[in-house]
Amino acid sequence: MNVIKSFLLADSYTVVCINNNMEGITLSDNHVWKFHNDVDTDQIIASQYLLLPDIEAMKGYTFESLDPTFAKKVQPGDLVVAGENFGSGAAREQAPSVLKALGIKAVIAKSFARIFYRNSINIGLPVIVCKELYDNVEDGGQAELDLSAGTVTVGEQVFSCTKLPEYMQNILNAGGLIASLNKEDA
Amino acid sequence: MGMTLGEKIIARAAGVDEVNPNDIHTVTLDRMMSNDGTTHLTVDMYNNQLKHPRIADNKKVVFIMDHNVPAENPKTAEAHKKMRNFAKENDIVLYEGQGVCHQIMMEDFVCPGELIFGADSHTTTYGALGAFGTGVGCTDFLYAMTTGASWVMVPETLRFNLHGKLREGVYARDLILTIIGDIGANGANYKIMEFAGDGAHNLSINERIVLCNLTVEAGAKAGIVEPDEKVVEYCKAHGREAVYMFQSDDDATFAAVYEYDLSKIEPVVVRPDFVDNFALLKDVKQEKIAIDEAFVGSCNNGRIEELRAAADVVKGKKVHPNVRFIVAPASKSVYIQALDEGVITTLMEAGAMVMNANCSVCWGSCQGVIGENEVLISTGTRNFKGRAGHPSSKVYLSNAAVAAASAIAGYITDEV
Repeated sequence: MNVIKSFLLADSYTVVCINNNMEGITLSDNHVWKFHNDVDTDQIIASQYLLLPDIEAMKGYTFESLDPTFAKKVQPGDLVVAGENFGSGAAREQAPSVLKALGIKAVIAKSFARIFYRNSINIGLPVIVCKELYDNVEDGGQAELDLSAGTVTVGEQVFSCTKLPEYMQNILNAGGLIASLNKEDA
Repeated sequence: MGMTLGEKIIARAAGVDEVNPNDIHTVTLDRMMSNDGTTHLTVDMYNNQLKHPRIADNKKVVFIMDHNVPAENPKTAEAHKKMRNFAKENDIVLYEGQGVCHQIMMEDFVCPGELIFGADSHTTTYGALGAFGTGVGCTDFLYAMTTGASWVMVPETLRFNLHGKLREGVYARDLILTIIGDIGANGANYKIMEFAGDGAHNLSINERIVLCNLTVEAGAKAGIVEPDEKVVEYCKAHGREAVYMFQSDDDATFAAVYEYDLSKIEPVVVRPDFVDNFALLKDVKQEKIAIDEAFVGSCNNGRIEELRAAADVVKGKKVHPNVRFIVAPASKSVYIQALDEGVITTLMEAGAMVMNANCSVCWGSCQGVIGENEVLISTGTRNFKGRAGHPSSKVYLSNAAVAAASAIAGYITDEV
């Protein structure tokens, strides 16, 4: 029996998903795009595109140096899975912004570089530390992320994710830093 | 319980007596810097997303155009126009064509003990004067500019005790590239890299800039050299007073302590495509790796000391016919000093193209972009895949003397 659930993501947009599993809130058929250790923000979005007028104009060049077809093939709700130190290098916020604009549901990595991590939370892109997922999922495979439970499921295997500090979780829940500021200013 | 130098800076900015690693504090920022890499996005958010747009204290905000200067296409020109107009409307100081943002911040603004946000990863540079500079994205910058405050999670501190002096022909750049090679590209992730010991105090302010600037390549949140009399003198020479000269308490807790004998450091060449892909020059030069371009410049390595080192190497010689040799002084004042000293003449007579003061080749979008399969030796900050142009191109990192020697020889070497 299909169950339709509304799932509130941290950036306040609602994803409606069809799930064959009645137990728990999960998003199904989440395509995994797998990347290596130390993916830097130059690979996520190269310098020559940063001064384009806005994120919409930039997003078509996401991961261009690593996979020129990525931006065309990626679907909203897909997951980016990476090894250690994802998002190292430049502070460019365009990097998490293009991922979010393409509809990437979350980035799940063994670890993140700090500026990318902070930027992602500020713009409302879930960034999730999960040490075990990377070695247990194939590129092009599927993983189901349950944000509220803090777990990722691959087939029969369930992996737990590291919780965000409450302060940062609150920013994410508010829909990002600007939404949070607007709430303070209300 | 004692605190580290970085913890003391955060405690002061938070208005509390004590902070501990992993605490989250609201801090008042001493200064905020944004450059043309992201300011157009900040301005759009300011105009379109804020419920109550305001600037807490415009005297603490600095805008610097340095990434694509002068504009190379109409889209960049529009982004610049947006930044220029916003600065004018809000009475924010704007630098255009005066140099790389971090060099300008060092020359005109940074004071020891300050907590500074810069919308650029190499904001760690400011630790050369005993300040806590950290890179943020444009949303963080916007929040900080609007409220004058932000939140900071207190990082753990890694202590690097430096001993002795660098040998002749070995530079601070070789030291920091060695350290990054040792601890890895995320070896200091979320942490402060603190430099102290007699070896740290032997370093000039320029050398400390080189050191702190690249700490972000090990993932550091800040890189800070324990401030001393040289910092006081630098501030004085630039019309500022050094007030908050913090140092770590004897009983401060460090996540790890490293010892480095500076006399044992050797010239380094970092191979593509990661800054921790460490190798020694003496090994790399055996391979006679042919280059298409050499670059001396950037916030890391474009000051008078590096331009002099490059000029000394190329004096009376000619750049190899297969090589473009590009030099970009880090700021206008560096450029003028290099002109006065005859350094620019020497470089140009050898065949160097001397650019205006800007990020240039290091940024890979404006000047001296390299093509398919081309090889660059660079004093820039990064050697990531495609960083300087085509994704198949390769970037090696070295000190200025090696980059200059390679420009003459046509392959990576220090011998000309």
